[in-house]
Amino acid sequence: MTEGTSEDRADALFHALADRTRRDIMRRVLAGEHSVSALAQHYDMSFAAVQKHVAVLERAGLITKRRVGREALATGDIDAVRSVGSMLTEIEQVWRGRIARMDDLLASPSESGSSSPSPIKTTKEH
Amino acid sequence: MPVTGVQKDIDTRTLTITAEFAAPVEQVWGIYADPRKLEQVWGPPTYPATFVEHSLAPGARVTYYMTSPEGEKHGGWWEIAEVDEPHSLRFRDGFADADLNPVDTAPVSENVYRFESIDGGTRAVYTSTYATAEALQQVLDMGMEEGATLAINQIDDFLAAA
Repeated sequence: MTEGTSEDRADALFHALADRTRRDIMRRVLAGEHSVSALAQHYDMSFAAVQKHVAVLERAGLITKRRVGREALATGDIDAVRSVGSMLTEIEQVWRGRIARMDDLLASPSESGSSSPSPIKTTKEH
Repeated sequence: MPVTGVQKDIDTRTLTITAEFAAPVEQVWGIYADPRKLEQVWGPPTYPATFVEHSLAPGARVTYYMTSPEGEKHGGWWEIAEVDEPHSLRFRDGFADADLNPVDTAPVSENVYRFESIDGGTRAVYTSTYATAEALQQVLDMGMEEGATLAINQIDDFLAAA
Protein backbone atom coordinates (compact mmCIF):
# COMPACT_ATOMS: atom_id res chain seq x y z
CA MET A 1 0.00 0.00 0.00
CA THR A 2 1.21 3.47 -0.74
CA GLU A 3 1.25 6.30 1.79
CA GLY A 4 -1.28 8.44 0.00
CA THR A 5 -4.49 6.48 0.49
CA SER A 6 -7.26 7.47 -1.82
CA GLU A 7 -10.52 8.65 -0.29
CA ASP A 8 -12.30 5.45 -1.41
CA ARG A 9 -9.61 3.35 0.14
CA ALA A 10 -9.89 5.28 3.39
CA ASP A 11 -13.67 4.92 3.36
CA ALA A 12 -13.40 1.15 2.98
CA LEU A 13 -10.76 0.96 5.70
CA PHE A 14 -12.69 2.98 8.24
CA HIS A 15 -15.94 1.24 7.42
CA ALA A 16 -14.28 -2.16 7.84
CA LEU A 17 -12.78 -1.28 11.22
CA ALA A 18 -15.82 0.55 12.55
CA ASP A 19 -17.33 -2.82 13.54
CA ARG A 20 -16.32 -4.54 16.77
CA THR A 21 -16.56 -8.08 15.36
CA ARG A 22 -14.44 -7.14 12.39
CA ARG A 23 -11.81 -5.58 14.64
CA ASP A 24 -11.79 -8.78 16.67
CA ILE A 25 -11.43 -10.88 13.52
CA MET A 26 -8.60 -8.59 12.48
CA ARG A 27 -6.75 -9.18 15.76
CA ARG A 28 -7.01 -12.94 15.30
CA VAL A 29 -5.89 -13.04 11.69
CA LEU A 30 -2.95 -10.75 12.36
CA ALA A 31 -1.71 -13.31 14.87
CA GLY A 32 -1.91 -16.10 12.29
CA GLU A 33 -3.83 -17.73 9.50
CA HIS A 34 -7.36 -18.79 10.43
CA SER A 35 -9.98 -20.66 8.45
CA VAL A 36 -13.26 -18.84 8.23
CA SER A 37 -15.02 -21.73 9.93
CA ALA A 38 -12.53 -21.60 12.83
CA LEU A 39 -13.18 -17.87 13.14
CA ALA A 40 -16.94 -18.46 13.08
CA GLN A 41 -16.69 -20.57 16.25
CA HIS A 42 -15.70 -17.49 18.23
CA TYR A 43 -18.82 -15.52 17.49
CA ASP A 44 -22.43 -15.88 18.37
CA MET A 45 -23.57 -15.52 14.77
CA SER A 46 -23.97 -17.64 11.70
CA PHE A 47 -21.09 -18.85 9.58
CA ALA A 48 -22.54 -16.79 6.71
CA ALA A 49 -22.50 -13.64 8.84
CA VAL A 50 -18.86 -14.18 9.82
CA GLN A 51 -18.05 -14.87 6.18
CA LYS A 52 -19.64 -11.54 5.32
CA HIS A 53 -17.49 -9.72 7.89
CA VAL A 54 -14.40 -11.40 6.47
CA ALA A 55 -15.45 -10.28 2.98
CA VAL A 56 -15.71 -6.65 4.14
CA LEU A 57 -12.22 -6.83 5.63
CA GLU A 58 -10.96 -8.44 2.44
CA ARG A 59 -12.46 -5.69 0.28
CA ALA A 60 -10.79 -3.07 2.46
CA GLY A 61 -7.49 -4.82 1.80
CA LEU A 62 -7.04 -5.68 5.48
CA ILE A 63 -6.94 -9.43 4.98
CA THR A 64 -6.12 -11.84 2.21
CA LYS A 65 -7.75 -15.23 1.71
CA ARG A 66 -6.41 -18.37 0.14
CA ARG A 67 -8.17 -21.58 -0.53
CA VAL A 68 -6.83 -24.88 0.80
CA GLY A 69 -9.07 -27.77 -0.18
CA ARG A 70 -12.54 -26.91 1.04
CA GLU A 71 -11.35 -24.27 3.46
CA ALA A 72 -10.77 -20.55 2.97
CA LEU A 73 -7.83 -19.37 5.09
CA ALA A 74 -7.70 -15.73 6.08
CA THR A 75 -4.53 -13.81 7.01
CA GLY A 76 -4.18 -10.24 8.21
CA ASP A 77 -2.34 -7.99 5.81
CA ILE A 78 0.44 -6.33 7.78
CA ASP A 79 0.77 -3.65 5.12
CA ALA A 80 -2.75 -2.52 5.87
CA VAL A 81 -1.79 -2.14 9.48
CA ARG A 82 0.96 0.14 8.28
CA SER A 83 -1.83 2.46 7.28
CA VAL A 84 -1.37 3.61 10.86
CA GLY A 85 1.51 5.45 9.26
CA SER A 86 -0.77 7.27 6.87
CA MET A 87 -3.12 8.11 9.72
CA LEU A 88 -0.23 9.71 11.57
CA THR A 89 0.51 11.60 8.36
CA GLU A 90 -2.98 13.08 8.46
CA ILE A 91 -2.48 14.23 12.02
CA GLU A 92 0.89 15.61 10.94
CA GLN A 93 -1.00 17.85 8.52
CA VAL A 94 -3.06 19.25 11.40
CA TRP A 95 0.20 20.04 13.16
CA ARG A 96 1.68 21.69 10.12
CA GLY A 97 -1.35 23.97 10.01
CA ARG A 98 -1.00 24.87 13.67
CA ILE A 99 2.72 25.54 13.39
CA ALA A 100 2.24 27.72 10.32
CA ARG A 101 -0.35 29.75 12.27
CA MET A 102 2.02 30.04 15.24
CA ASP A 103 4.73 31.25 12.93
CA ASP A 104 2.37 33.88 11.53
CA LEU A 105 1.30 34.97 14.99
CA LEU A 106 4.87 35.18 16.28
CA ALA A 107 5.89 37.19 13.25
CA SER A 108 3.01 39.65 13.45
CA PRO A 109 4.22 43.11 14.54
CA SER A 110 1.85 43.24 17.52
CA GLU A 111 3.23 39.97 18.84
CA SER A 112 6.94 40.35 18.21
CA GLY A 113 7.22 44.10 18.43
CA SER A 114 9.69 43.90 15.56
CA SER A 115 9.36 45.58 12.20
CA SER A 116 9.64 42.33 10.24
CA PRO A 117 6.22 40.97 9.34
CA SER A 118 7.38 37.83 7.53
CA PRO A 119 8.41 34.62 9.28
CA ILE A 120 11.57 32.74 8.40
CA LYS A 121 10.95 30.41 5.51
CA THR A 122 14.41 29.04 4.99
CA THR A 123 14.21 25.97 7.20
CA LYS A 124 14.35 22.65 5.45
CA GLU A 125 11.44 20.36 4.96
CA HIS A 126 11.24 16.58 5.39
CA MET B 1 7.81 26.82 6.87
CA PRO B 2 9.29 26.31 10.29
CA VAL B 3 8.69 22.52 10.53
CA THR B 4 12.15 20.97 10.57
CA GLY B 5 11.39 17.36 11.35
CA VAL B 6 8.59 14.80 11.46
CA GLN B 7 9.00 11.42 13.09
CA LYS B 8 6.37 8.71 13.12
CA ASP B 9 6.74 5.70 15.37
CA ILE B 10 4.15 3.30 14.06
CA ASP B 11 4.64 0.74 16.85
CA THR B 12 3.99 3.22 19.64
CA ARG B 13 1.66 5.38 17.50
CA THR B 14 3.68 8.44 18.36
CA LEU B 15 4.02 11.51 16.21
CA THR B 16 6.93 13.85 16.93
CA ILE B 17 7.08 17.18 15.15
CA THR B 18 10.01 19.55 15.44
CA ALA B 19 9.62 23.18 14.49
CA GLU B 20 11.79 26.25 14.76
CA PHE B 21 10.35 29.66 15.44
CA ALA B 22 12.10 32.99 15.02
CA ALA B 23 11.04 34.12 18.48
CA PRO B 24 12.34 33.59 22.01
CA VAL B 25 11.09 30.66 24.12
CA GLU B 26 9.07 32.96 26.39
CA GLN B 27 7.14 34.29 23.42
CA VAL B 28 6.34 30.81 22.11
CA TRP B 29 5.23 29.75 25.59
CA GLY B 30 3.18 32.95 25.70
CA ILE B 31 0.95 31.61 22.92
CA TYR B 32 0.03 28.57 25.03
CA ALA B 33 -0.32 30.65 28.17
CA ASP B 34 -2.76 33.12 26.63
CA PRO B 35 -6.08 31.55 25.57
CA ARG B 36 -6.79 34.45 23.17
CA LYS B 37 -3.55 33.74 21.34
CA LEU B 38 -3.94 29.98 21.56
CA GLU B 39 -7.32 30.10 19.84
CA GLN B 40 -5.68 31.84 16.89
CA VAL B 41 -3.47 28.84 16.23
CA TRP B 42 -5.26 25.76 17.59
CA GLY B 43 -8.15 25.34 15.17
CA PRO B 44 -8.02 25.85 11.42
CA PRO B 45 -9.50 29.23 10.36
CA THR B 46 -12.71 27.52 9.25
CA TYR B 47 -12.90 25.63 12.59
CA PRO B 48 -11.94 28.42 15.01
CA ALA B 49 -11.25 27.39 18.58
CA THR B 50 -12.70 29.03 21.68
CA PHE B 51 -11.02 28.27 25.01
CA VAL B 52 -13.47 28.34 27.89
CA GLU B 53 -11.41 27.21 30.87
CA HIS B 54 -7.67 27.77 30.64
CA SER B 55 -4.90 27.39 33.17
CA LEU B 56 -1.47 25.90 32.65
CA ALA B 57 -1.03 24.50 36.13
CA PRO B 58 -0.49 20.89 37.14
CA GLY B 59 -3.87 19.23 37.63
CA ALA B 60 -5.74 22.01 35.84
CA ARG B 61 -8.28 21.28 33.16
CA VAL B 62 -8.42 23.27 29.96
CA THR B 63 -11.61 23.13 27.90
CA TYR B 64 -12.29 24.40 24.43
CA TYR B 65 -14.55 23.92 21.48
CA MET B 66 -14.06 24.35 17.78
CA THR B 67 -16.92 25.67 15.68
CA SER B 68 -17.55 24.08 12.29
CA PRO B 69 -18.59 26.19 9.30
CA GLU B 70 -22.14 24.90 9.95
CA GLY B 71 -21.97 26.19 13.52
CA GLU B 72 -21.54 22.77 15.10
CA LYS B 73 -19.41 22.69 18.24
CA HIS B 74 -16.67 20.10 18.68
CA GLY B 75 -15.38 20.07 22.22
CA GLY B 76 -12.05 19.11 23.67
CA TRP B 77 -10.23 19.08 26.99
CA TRP B 78 -6.69 18.99 28.28
CA GLU B 79 -5.62 17.72 31.65
CA ILE B 80 -2.36 19.37 32.57
CA ALA B 81 0.11 16.95 34.15
CA GLU B 82 3.47 18.74 34.28
CA VAL B 83 4.49 22.32 33.72
CA ASP B 84 8.01 23.68 33.51
CA GLU B 85 7.44 27.21 32.24
CA PRO B 86 8.60 28.16 29.62
CA HIS B 87 10.30 24.89 28.64
CA SER B 88 7.85 22.04 28.78
CA LEU B 89 4.23 21.08 29.12
CA ARG B 90 2.82 17.58 29.50
CA PHE B 91 -0.92 16.96 29.24
CA ARG B 92 -3.64 14.55 28.19
CA ASP B 93 -5.87 15.65 25.34
CA GLY B 94 -9.36 14.28 24.82
CA PHE B 95 -12.70 14.97 23.17
CA ALA B 96 -15.72 16.61 24.75
CA ASP B 97 -19.33 17.09 23.69
CA ALA B 98 -20.83 20.46 22.77
CA ASP B 99 -21.40 21.17 26.49
CA LEU B 100 -17.71 20.43 27.13
CA ASN B 101 -18.38 17.24 29.07
CA PRO B 102 -15.59 14.72 28.37
CA VAL B 103 -16.57 11.93 25.97
CA ASP B 104 -15.40 8.79 27.79
CA THR B 105 -15.58 6.58 24.73
CA ALA B 106 -13.32 8.88 22.72
CA PRO B 107 -9.57 8.38 22.61
CA VAL B 108 -7.15 10.34 24.77
CA SER B 109 -3.66 11.23 23.59
CA GLU B 110 -0.60 11.85 25.74
CA ASN B 111 1.24 15.02 24.74
CA VAL B 112 4.58 16.53 25.61
CA TYR B 113 5.56 19.94 24.25
CA ARG B 114 9.16 21.05 24.73
CA PHE B 115 10.65 24.44 23.91
CA GLU B 116 14.37 25.15 23.92
CA SER B 117 16.39 28.22 23.01
CA ILE B 118 18.38 27.99 19.84
CA ASP B 119 20.40 30.62 18.09
CA GLY B 120 18.02 33.56 17.89
CA GLY B 121 14.88 31.53 18.34
CA THR B 122 13.08 28.50 19.70
CA ARG B 123 13.11 24.85 18.82
CA ALA B 124 9.75 23.28 19.67
CA VAL B 125 9.31 19.52 19.89
CA TYR B 126 5.71 18.28 19.96
CA THR B 127 5.08 14.64 20.86
CA SER B 128 1.62 13.06 20.69
CA THR B 129 1.06 9.41 21.56
CA TYR B 130 -2.15 7.50 20.83
CA ALA B 131 -2.90 4.36 22.82
CA THR B 132 -4.06 2.13 19.96
CA ALA B 133 -4.51 2.10 16.21
CA GLU B 134 -8.25 2.24 16.91
CA ALA B 135 -7.76 5.41 18.90
CA LEU B 136 -5.98 6.89 15.91
CA GLN B 137 -8.85 5.93 13.64
CA GLN B 138 -11.30 7.44 16.07
CA VAL B 139 -9.36 10.68 16.20
CA LEU B 140 -9.51 10.90 12.42
CA ASP B 141 -13.17 9.87 12.40
CA MET B 142 -13.99 12.61 14.86
CA GLY B 143 -13.13 15.36 12.49
CA MET B 144 -9.37 15.36 12.25
CA GLU B 145 -9.61 14.49 8.56
CA GLU B 146 -11.51 17.65 7.78
CA GLY B 147 -9.07 19.61 9.87
CA ALA B 148 -6.17 18.01 8.04
CA THR B 149 -7.51 18.91 4.61
CA LEU B 150 -8.14 22.44 5.75
CA ALA B 151 -4.68 22.66 7.22
CA ILE B 152 -3.13 21.47 3.95
CA ASN B 153 -5.06 24.11 2.03
CA GLN B 154 -3.99 26.70 4.49
CA ILE B 155 -0.33 25.77 4.11
CA ASP B 156 -0.74 26.16 0.37
CA ASP B 157 -2.13 29.67 0.93
CA PHE B 158 0.71 30.35 3.28
CA LEU B 159 3.32 29.27 0.73
CA ALA B 160 1.62 31.17 -2.07
CA ALA B 161 1.79 34.34 0.00
CA ALA B 162 5.47 33.80 0.74
